[in-house]
Amino acid sequence: MARVVVDVMLKPEILDPQGQAVQRALPRLGFAGIADVRQGKRFELELEGPVDDAALARIREAAETFLANTVIEDFTVRVEEEAK
Amino acid sequence: MTTRVGVVTFPGSLDDRDAQRAVRLAGAEPVALWHRDKDLHQVDAVVLPGGFSYGDYLRCGAISRFSPVMDTIIEQARQGMPVLGICNGFQVLCESHLLPGALTRNDSLHFICRDQKLRIENADTAWTSDYSSGQEIVVPLKNGEGRFVADEHVLDELEAEGRVVARYLDVNPNGSYRDIAGITNATGNVVGLMPHPEHAVEPLTGPTTEGLGFFTSVLKQLVNA
Repeated sequence: MARVVVDVMLKPEILDPQGQAVQRALPRLGFAGIADVRQGKRFELELEGPVDDAALARIREAAETFLANTVIEDFTVRVEEEAK
Repeated sequence: MTTRVGVVTFPGSLDDRDAQRAVRLAGAEPVALWHRDKDLHQVDAVVLPGGFSYGDYLRCGAISRFSPVMDTIIEQARQGMPVLGICNGFQVLCESHLLPGALTRNDSLHFICRDQKLRIENADTAWTSDYSSGQEIVVPLKNGEGRFVADEHVLDELEAEGRVVARYLDVNPNGSYRDIAGITNATGNVVGLMPHPEHAVEPLTGPTTEGLGFFTSVLKQLVNA
């Protein structure tokens, strides 16, 4: 089965208080040198059929209308290579 | 004929009964609407109540927005039916694109629950005509994702067209841009509000009764229509 990954991130101009909280916690735990943290979402979609242009177009449509809110979020769609 | 105001129950709605009660105290007949039922049962207006529909999964309001009842509500709202979205209902209205912008995580990351002072900025909408412009009211506020955000040009447009319905006073509880607590669409029939007027309709349970005006406003508007 083919897997398509949709990553959704808050747009750069939208404040991400969760990412900021994670960033503030890192030095306390001894993880120094991390300048910024942004937190997002990853969706792994397992396709029944082949990953062709039509399937990817449908997934982009799903990402645009449902998985991401494009008012505040950007998304990327990529095909993940099958594990051997 | 009694005015009928529908209140939608989604899985995870919390304030649907309080909204129904507010509708009744305002003098209208509350009608329970079910998320899976496309039929609006001849209601004259709709309230989308607060709560955590679908557990706030994906994004607040993102899944409810695609429920069968919303198809009909979106269609009717575009034709002028008054719709008030409170808290989670406001989130559903933004996800439906009936209102611009989005509601995001409070800047403090805390869930905030307090009696909140607001200024009514626009007393000409279907839901605020019983207030006067500039009137200050206190109603409960309770949210974790109530921070209103939108592009600068959208914010400027909202301000220029008088579409900011209510603004936070004294304290901005969640980091909302320009202290925005509620907005309306271009035609003034759809209003989204983060605080909870339906919890401020009786002296016994509310900090004030100043929330009742939202429900009496729509009643007046419908009776005079």
